[in-house]
Amino acid sequence: MGQCYRLAGVTKSYKGRQVCDVPSLEIDEGSFLAIMGPNGAGKSTLLRMLALVEQPDTGKLSFQANTLLPGGKIPLELRRRVTMVFQRPVFTTGTVEDAVGYGLRLRGEKHVVARTQDMLEALGIAHLVRAKVSTLSAGEAQRAALARAMLVEPDVLLLDEPTTSLDPDNVVLVEHLLRGLHTDKGKTMVLVTQSESQAKRLATQAAFMLDGSLVESEPVFDESKEHKPR
Amino acid sequence: MSLWTALTESLRLLTSGDAEVLRIVLLSLAVSGAALVISSAFAIPFGLWLAFRRFWWKRTIMAFLYTGVGLPPVLVGLVVYLMLSRSGPLGWLGWLYTPEAMVLAQIVISFPIIASLTMAAVMSVDSSLRSQVLSLGASDVQAGLAVLKEAKVGVVIALVAGFGSVISEVGAVMMVGGNLKGSTQVLTTAIVQFTRMGQFEHALALGLVLLSITFMVALMWLTLQGRRLED
Repeated sequence: MGQCYRLAGVTKSYKGRQVCDVPSLEIDEGSFLAIMGPNGAGKSTLLRMLALVEQPDTGKLSFQANTLLPGGKIPLELRRRVTMVFQRPVFTTGTVEDAVGYGLRLRGEKHVVARTQDMLEALGIAHLVRAKVSTLSAGEAQRAALARAMLVEPDVLLLDEPTTSLDPDNVVLVEHLLRGLHTDKGKTMVLVTQSESQAKRLATQAAFMLDGSLVESEPVFDESKEHKPR
Repeated sequence: MSLWTALTESLRLLTSGDAEVLRIVLLSLAVSGAALVISSAFAIPFGLWLAFRRFWWKRTIMAFLYTGVGLPPVLVGLVVYLMLSRSGPLGWLGWLYTPEAMVLAQIVISFPIIASLTMAAVMSVDSSLRSQVLSLGASDVQAGLAVLKEAKVGVVIALVAGFGSVISEVGAVMMVGGNLKGSTQVLTTAIVQFTRMGQFEHALALGLVLLSITFMVALMWLTLQGRRLED
């Protein structure tokens, strides 16, 4: 199994305040890492750096054997291998179909409408295909954001508390889809969550953040693997 | 001549298709239209860039930009005049008292207006949108266009304000264009001249045209930017 990410001495500051400090972190290809910690611990910042949409101020971040140095240009081809689902999804104005198919259109792919429709069906929101994104509830928007990210079939899927706005039935549905992406398609997944039980249900590796620093990284949840529902 | 007589005479001039009035109107539209197109080609990307970037001297650039918004057109005219005069650094272009000089002056006037309003419009868009479209695989240009699309009402307002400022300014075009009949006379400079000559019906006719153009441009932009305002 190859290495997907390797971070060494990575830090990020905003307006002079350090919000993320990762002395060392390795994420293997095909692994499912859960990042936990209290609010403001720097989890989302770490995720945005893993998504390659923000660059570290210091340190070294390697992604799929490509070393990215602070301030360096990140090739688009590399960025397109990672997709992130944000905690608070924001869409471009238009219908759900426009928003969810956005990533495919960027890539100039074909059959966008049919593929979008299939993904919306998988997430149980096919009936919203013509709805305007501005009319979606928080839960529907969260599922649309998941559909938008999964549709581009990235190598790595980063999820920032993707089930916070969902009811229990939809949490089960989304977790089932995520597990399928990980186990069946071998995608590398990184999940930020406040729920230890969710981390145990899904992840194979866990990291903990506190006050902006990665304080602990465990390879697996041995106990949870036995109880992991299939 | 009473105001009423001047008004009725001006309407007669407009409806009769007076060649002189038509020529002045067309030149005004050509000069201000060209200035708007060239200015926005630089000002919109600059406003976008300024909205996205964080750097320590951004505040200084913004202060210069806002100063530019309130820049007196006569001062712009004076600087452009000096630049284009025979001994100036751009004197070799031979643009003084030509429509090109007027376009240049109007670009300088409209640039800070369009750039600053575009920046404000882009900054009003949810800052997370850019990160989210980048994470979906957008290039920097595609992400910029996605944000611009969300800010389009503000960008339309920037363009209308930019056009309004140049089509209606008189100081700069008078100085660098010279108000030469048949070559550099535009609506505003012609209004000044006709008023001085006591030809109020001509001045009023051109004033009405100026007002109509500004109104129609605003209406056209608002129609072009689509249903966003109704949402």
